[in-house]
Amino acid sequence: MRPAVTAWEDARRPRIVKVDGDFPGARLEKMWETAPGLAGWISSVDHKEIGKRYIITAFVFLILGGLEAMVMRWQLGGPNQRLLSPEQYDQLFTIHGVTMIFLYSSPILTGFSNYLWPLLLGSRDMAFPRLNALSYWIYLAAGLFIYAGFVTGNGPNDGWFNYVPYASKAYDPGINIDVYALGLILLGISTTVGSANFVVTFLRTRAPGMSINRVPILCWGTLTASVANLLAVPSVSLAFFLLWMDRQFGTQFFTTSQGQPLIWQHLFWMFGHPWVYAIVLPAMGMVSDALPTFCRRPLVGYTPVALATVATMALGFGVWVHHMFATGLPSLALSFFSGASLIITIPSAVAVFAWTATIWTGRPVIRTAFLFFASMIVLFVIGGVSGVMTGSTPIDWQLTQTYFVVAHIHYVLIGINVFPVVGAFYYWFPKMTGRLLSEGLGRWNFWTMFVGFNLGFFPMHIAGLMGMPRRIYTYAPGMGWGPVNLVISLGALLFAIGVLLFLINIAVSLKRGRVAGPNPWSAPTLEWSVPSPPPPYNFAVIPTIESRHPLWEDWLDESPARSRLTEGLLLDRGRETLATTPLDAEPNLILEMPADSFAPFILTCGLSMGFVAALFHLWWVAALGAVILIGALIDWFWPRRVHADMEAADV
Amino acid sequence: MSEAVYLDRDLPVAGLKRNSVGWWGMLCLIATESSLFAYLLFSYAYFAVRFGPRWLPVAHPSLRLSLPDTIILLSSSAVIWWAEQGAKSGKRSQHLIGTAVTMAMGVIFLIIQALEWKSKTFGLRSGSYGSLYFTITGLHMAHVVVGLIILGVVFAWSVAGDFTPRRHTPVLISSTYWHFVDVVWLVVFTTLYIAPYIWASS
Repeated sequence: MRPAVTAWEDARRPRIVKVDGDFPGARLEKMWETAPGLAGWISSVDHKEIGKRYIITAFVFLILGGLEAMVMRWQLGGPNQRLLSPEQYDQLFTIHGVTMIFLYSSPILTGFSNYLWPLLLGSRDMAFPRLNALSYWIYLAAGLFIYAGFVTGNGPNDGWFNYVPYASKAYDPGINIDVYALGLILLGISTTVGSANFVVTFLRTRAPGMSINRVPILCWGTLTASVANLLAVPSVSLAFFLLWMDRQFGTQFFTTSQGQPLIWQHLFWMFGHPWVYAIVLPAMGMVSDALPTFCRRPLVGYTPVALATVATMALGFGVWVHHMFATGLPSLALSFFSGASLIITIPSAVAVFAWTATIWTGRPVIRTAFLFFASMIVLFVIGGVSGVMTGSTPIDWQLTQTYFVVAHIHYVLIGINVFPVVGAFYYWFPKMTGRLLSEGLGRWNFWTMFVGFNLGFFPMHIAGLMGMPRRIYTYAPGMGWGPVNLVISLGALLFAIGVLLFLINIAVSLKRGRVAGPNPWSAPTLEWSVPSPPPPYNFAVIPTIESRHPLWEDWLDESPARSRLTEGLLLDRGRETLATTPLDAEPNLILEMPADSFAPFILTCGLSMGFVAALFHLWWVAALGAVILIGALIDWFWPRRVHADMEAADV
Repeated sequence: MSEAVYLDRDLPVAGLKRNSVGWWGMLCLIATESSLFAYLLFSYAYFAVRFGPRWLPVAHPSLRLSLPDTIILLSSSAVIWWAEQGAKSGKRSQHLIGTAVTMAMGVIFLIIQALEWKSKTFGLRSGSYGSLYFTITGLHMAHVVVGLIILGVVFAWSVAGDFTPRRHTPVLISSTYWHFVDVVWLVVFTTLYIAPYIWASS
């Protein structure tokens, strides 16, 4: 007999206690820690564990994408190189784009947000810990799925934008495009569940007192990106689903005879442009939160920066046609989207001015992390200006399909994503591992990457102006593009050496780095109030927040109120955390958090089985995958009565 | 230790209805699924505008099956609301009957949809209209099937006596999803069946 419903604990008045040595941490440790060994590794739902996995996996993809780029730069370093055949080059530049855009740039930010959010927000985990694990496993599965295609020579080979009719069965008869289509639909599921988790976590699991105007900007960035993902990802998943139907079941969506090839580009970029902001806004948020620490003052213009983050994304849904200026659309449409593309510089510039003013009016302490964050401002401006240029239709007609656009996209994505991310490693690595990265090696790391990047990518603007088209596997000597390409390739090599120095720094510092302590930077936000690395339960008691800078209150002395970090709600009847109201963060619910679970992993196995089976039309295998998936869901949602057994433990 | 201090109010343990994180999660799911249908209907509009009225295989799609079918699905929203009232007031039989009737109406909707599919003179491959028609309605039917599974699970929990007038969050979450499936159908029906009448006459 299951216990009767009345065994539920309905409501409770939680105690407020002071942290005193091991109390209540020792008791919480037992409830929250993950079991050792493989079983614990697979079943863990700890956001810190999942965050680290996201970060490591995404970084591996960054290295793979970088190696692919190096091979291409070898090929393009001089005219008439024969390292790669045209077919190989096609697959290589496609997988490079797919890797960097989909498997690196978004997941790395998801990883940092996963790790940091509950610590920044004063919570013990995300709102849906198992969904978090599911999001990671599906991401890993999608990455392996696409790369399995690539290593067997069946990877996507029509560019990451995958335009039809090239991508249709008639012109691309292998399974390459099907691998891409199914892989991205799978990845879309991961992105969607992860985004839903961020949205609900932001709205419901902030510490009491952390009202909506006290939330760190990183959380604003990831929230904005997550809402955008919920609304935009269905577009690309649908586009790939329709393309797969065209290729496998003879539907007529994109066919030249009865369909509309151009709607591929609409669906792709209606997703693609919001996505571009989704992979930079959280990184901009990291800069907004971490840069002020090194300037020894709060961020200038918190409210405008938070609002500009949201405004950028809102406008970002109305600019997709600027990827399609050369497709013969009516001039009214071109004017509208060109105007929108120029207007979007206004909210983007708000952040730039805020960061500059923060440095200007602060007392900057130059550390490696600071260098990465500050240099990002420069790269953002360069990438932004080339973006404004191509936002103007006549200039775009001149420059589209040239290396100028390649230069732009790399300034934006490496400048606003990779540089802040490496800076974030220097900043938060001590929190994650308990040890600081080496500053000496860090300087070499920064200057090599910065010089290499600019040497490698700035000349691409010039190559583009000289008329060099993108996506070509080689060029003739008479074109005069040889010298500039040699410089680009050498710059890329230097940049790669910079990344290698970074990896060496990590390897060395993991073992021998200086011990960090809880707050090595004297930083203002909540994650620095807990030990490094944080215990599995994050906070022994739920803190109460009175300002945007809980750890700087004594020093800034903006008001007499002080956040309470060592005295707060004791929630210790099993895994529990506090839910609060969405705007004012008033306590309104005790959340029961799930135990570690195999369901997310098993669900992913079933789902992946279904996708592999769909690729090869093995419908019985797909049905088996569906059965496994449903079984995992039944286990997931099975009602559990934790509190009936917990009553006795409470004294 | 000195005297114990407590928060100034009682907090519910685990979510109650609209206060539960599960319900907020469902809203996120509905937001993203609504977007999916918005993009499908955008595609439909795009094709219609590009090709003009001759794109439609039949100028006026027949309402003989689709209109009663629509009425059945939309009324099921009222029935699941009535079932939810049962759960709220502790009348388990009302909740069970209401959920069962809703599920029956969902199944009838699917059967009539199957007949509607059979009655079509065009196929999935015969042209882009057919491709879109069967994809949109097919994806909607898949959502109905998912709704039926969810309602089935909630029905089983209700039989097991899991719900009380105070605690029945899964009832709220599942009925919210069901209302969503119905509203989506209303929009799909209006686009695929009603709009051509207005379009062709203008």
